[in-house]
Amino acid sequence: MTDKNQRPAVVLTGISGNLGRCLTKLLHKEERIIGIDRRPFVGKPKDVEMVQGDLRKKKIEDVFRRNQVKAVVHMGILHDPRMSAEDHHSFNVLGTTRVLDCAARFGVKKLVVLSSADVYGPSPDNSNFLTEEAPLMAASRFPSVRDLIEVDMLAHGFFWRHPAVETVVLRPVHIVGPTIKNAPSNYLRNRRPWKLAGFDPMVQLIHMEDVARALAEALTEGRKGVYNVVGPGAVPLSALFKELGARPLAIPHPLARPILGALFKYRLASFPPEELDHIQFLCMVDGERWAKETHWQPAHSMRETIRSVLGE
Amino acid sequence: MLIDTLKKGLRSWTTSMMGEQVDEKIAALSRSENEYGVDPFGFSLDYSLSAVAPIIWLYKHYHRVETFGIEKVPRGRVLLVSNHSGQLPMDGAMIGASMLLKADPPRSMRAMVEKWMPTLPWVSTFMARVGQIVGTPENCRRLLENEEAILVFPEGTRGLNKLWPKRYQLQEFGLGFMRLALETNTPIVPVAVIGAEEQAPSMMNLKPMAKLLGFPSFPITPTGLPFPLPTRYRIYFGDPLFFTGRADDEDAELEKKVKVVRAAIQSMLDAGIRARKHVFW
Repeated sequence: MTDKNQRPAVVLTGISGNLGRCLTKLLHKEERIIGIDRRPFVGKPKDVEMVQGDLRKKKIEDVFRRNQVKAVVHMGILHDPRMSAEDHHSFNVLGTTRVLDCAARFGVKKLVVLSSADVYGPSPDNSNFLTEEAPLMAASRFPSVRDLIEVDMLAHGFFWRHPAVETVVLRPVHIVGPTIKNAPSNYLRNRRPWKLAGFDPMVQLIHMEDVARALAEALTEGRKGVYNVVGPGAVPLSALFKELGARPLAIPHPLARPILGALFKYRLASFPPEELDHIQFLCMVDGERWAKETHWQPAHSMRETIRSVLGE
Repeated sequence: MLIDTLKKGLRSWTTSMMGEQVDEKIAALSRSENEYGVDPFGFSLDYSLSAVAPIIWLYKHYHRVETFGIEKVPRGRVLLVSNHSGQLPMDGAMIGASMLLKADPPRSMRAMVEKWMPTLPWVSTFMARVGQIVGTPENCRRLLENEEAILVFPEGTRGLNKLWPKRYQLQEFGLGFMRLALETNTPIVPVAVIGAEEQAPSMMNLKPMAKLLGFPSFPITPTGLPFPLPTRYRIYFGDPLFFTGRADDEDAELEKKVKVVRAAIQSMLDAGIRARKHVFW
């Protein structure tokens, strides 16, 4: 039964992650927040309601049945190359399908889906700045990310099929932050990271807190569409090493792939060899649309963003 | 450190060769750079000032380039459309150097390079830092809208790697540059480069070798390698051409317009070859 005395709620999936906690901090004073995550929410503010469970389970519908939900921010998307591809795919695609289904059936007014600029994929053919219209090619060189593309496409499809729901798909560039454990942050925390000899592509980073701000901004009434979100700009990979005081190890690219492939297979490396494309080729996006429509300014400077991986 | 000394040495070499108006020339090179010394496309002025030294030396003392009609290049957005030859893309570097050294005011130019380039170690980094970028239509459109001067070789590798008997015969032109010119309302300046054909005459193209190495071609020249000989370059800039029409027109319609540009370049080539007395002087 819907509790008529309660205010309409904002549902955050994947609330226990770094980004989820960050967004909660921004929103919970103003909004009634219901979090959904398999993991417990450590240090949960008292006014946040928490439902611990798997997004794929039918039980999640109860959250929407029992509460009036006005908006959903879907961040419960896995990016873990160590997980089996099947689990990964199942969690991301089925989880997203369930969230979208609930949003459509229970009259949610606003849906924000956190995708990623990685869906375009690094490639030597890329234009320097990819717009939102660029094809999502990541899986052509890195097949195991196709679930992330599918999540983006599901959200995209939902946008057209349910015009009554304001759907926003955000594709931020590489997210970094003090406690974030994603591939770019882990890579930059390395004291002796690999680089590919002779390659120094431009890269874009964004601070976790800026992504949280963008997600909060996406909840603004009237906003809908697909947007790339960029941080404070682009720098060469070598500038990141310099800023972080890392001493990279230059590996010739024809050798790097087979070596990393073997290391990854025997669990001696945490990156699959396909990730090397990110330190060899461009995968930069044009964030003009988002910047213009929302007057977007990242709060963290380039230097702060880079150094954030060190926990500063 | 050795590299820093080398960089400094190259940089002072560059400024000493730039001649008058050094500051203006450096200002022409600089773009909007961030706190890490690069523009969003990866161009670095600091890197470029060191990197262009050998190019300016080649321009002044090796190929001893003569330019004609550079004053015809209009200000603001412009597409320079040139013939392409010589096995190694020296012609692009020489056109770039002439825009910097001979144009008034000096201008920096970007060339649209092959998609093969980003796959090459060191070359890819060098090209990005000196402001050259992959020739996708999106990149070109973005830069023209920024009022930049863009060099395109519509023949691509067909022109660059053609064999000796085909010298100074323009190969098939791509149509992409015309669509972009119509779409962004950009004037086209035809450019003819004379002297690059003879720098490395290619007798044959060893295709299996090229395939093995992933190169567009593997030319066999009299010197063995496609090392450029010190031929004298002559670069002719033609009158700007303005085209009107629909950018998304049929290929046949665009081909008519492209033919006008191609004919302009071919006639400048023919006239230039008649006028020159010697390949090396």
